[in-house]
Amino acid sequence: MNNFGAKVDQFTEIVFHQGGINKIVEGLQNTLLIAILGLIIGIIIGTLIATVRVVPKYKLLPRILNGFCSFYVGLFRGTPMVVQLLVFYYVLLPLLEMRMTGVQVSIMVFGLNSGAYISEIMRSGIQSVDVGQMEAGRAVGLSFATTMRMIVIPQAVKNILPTLGNEFIALIKETSVVSFVGASDLYVAFNYIGTNSYEFMVPYLVMAVIYIILVILISTGIRLMERSLRKSDRRN
Amino acid sequence: MIDVIDLKKDFQGNHVLNGIDLHIDKGDIVVITGPSGSGKSTFLRCLNCMEDPSGGQIIFNGVDIADMKVDINIHRRHMGMVFQHFNLFNNKTVLQNISLAPIHVRKTDKKEKTSKKKIIEEENARAMKLLERIGLADKANVYPATLSGGQKQRVAIVRALAMNPDVILFDEPTSALDPEMVGEVLDLMKELAQDGMTMVIVTHEMGFAKEVANRVLFIDEGKIKEDEPPEEFFGNPKNPRLKEFLSKVLV
Repeated sequence: MNNFGAKVDQFTEIVFHQGGINKIVEGLQNTLLIAILGLIIGIIIGTLIATVRVVPKYKLLPRILNGFCSFYVGLFRGTPMVVQLLVFYYVLLPLLEMRMTGVQVSIMVFGLNSGAYISEIMRSGIQSVDVGQMEAGRAVGLSFATTMRMIVIPQAVKNILPTLGNEFIALIKETSVVSFVGASDLYVAFNYIGTNSYEFMVPYLVMAVIYIILVILISTGIRLMERSLRKSDRRN
Repeated sequence: MIDVIDLKKDFQGNHVLNGIDLHIDKGDIVVITGPSGSGKSTFLRCLNCMEDPSGGQIIFNGVDIADMKVDINIHRRHMGMVFQHFNLFNNKTVLQNISLAPIHVRKTDKKEKTSKKKIIEEENARAMKLLERIGLADKANVYPATLSGGQKQRVAIVRALAMNPDVILFDEPTSALDPEMVGEVLDLMKELAQDGMTMVIVTHEMGFAKEVANRVLFIDEGKIKEDEPPEEFFGNPKNPRLKEFLSKVLV
């Protein structure tokens, strides 16, 4: 440990004088971009799937859609994220003759993957809303979809916000595998610094600290959001 | 206005309604009573297809709404409903609870020429008038969680009223209220009755039935066993089960 100071000096030298900082900023941007856009896509897909799963199933179409959604959720929850990234990048893209960057593929796969998880979270959220809310909406002549959108889902989202926050945190952490398809995230940035100095102790330590700071910031943000959303059940 | 013909409902082989025939005229105040489990709430919920009938017809303004092919949402707009547990929209303010559906209906109506902003203004103003009528104008911008049970139910009633319905269905509107709040809700319902609103009410409030209803129904075992004006219903009940029921309820 006596040469720890030297290692720190070496690290700051690369970061601040040899362009390491640019790599870190780029990595941080990509990590956030993949996690945030992935989460947004995931929420959209997850809400749609959850809605399909709670639709009354008298008719054929909802049943077919429901079957498809079960298959989708099973597929994405049943395989690791890394495998999904690799299959997308190295199997699907060449087969479809499409060109996408590693970051674009990562955003898509993260969105599709978290959609499967969020659909289950959202479904439990929707089911936690009293059925009377749906009945009241239908009784004034609103359609199932309109009542869902205006009344049930907003209340469901409020109920599941802490869980949704956990999903976002999980996504942030999972971005550390996107280097498998050539996207440069935080891990790639610090790995680059380490490789250039043949010294990995400090870079990886700093990387861990950055991840922790990100997660703490997100947790705080969610707590604040929860508090402001809770105003409809506070007696004032 | 409403013609119910041989209405049947079963839940997985459990027959709750066994062929109900009923004609309701405009301006009728129909009170439905019956022992618990008799199917009276189910019957009321079938009237606006909140429960889909298993058989029979419900002719409302000339259309059979029990037919699964009709767009039930359009017909429900003319048929208000008030619930036992109020079911106000928790994520909307009191004012929004009332104006939400009218605004949505007018916004999605292709024949509507008024601008969206104007529609919102007009409907909010109308909702405000309704709130003033029930003395809750000062609660317009709070959320339902801050209201008392009686206030919630009165808001729920004007929410139904905001659609200008032809008939309002009441599903035990006072059963979930503290005793001291029952009066304010019944008073509002009496007011509606005096204004000529057609009402179908499932309730155990026999005093209200005597005073306001022009017909009182007794439902038991999924059938209408008695359908009389209140004087006859309470003064001279014929059905033996009804006699027993009244002797327990009217103490």
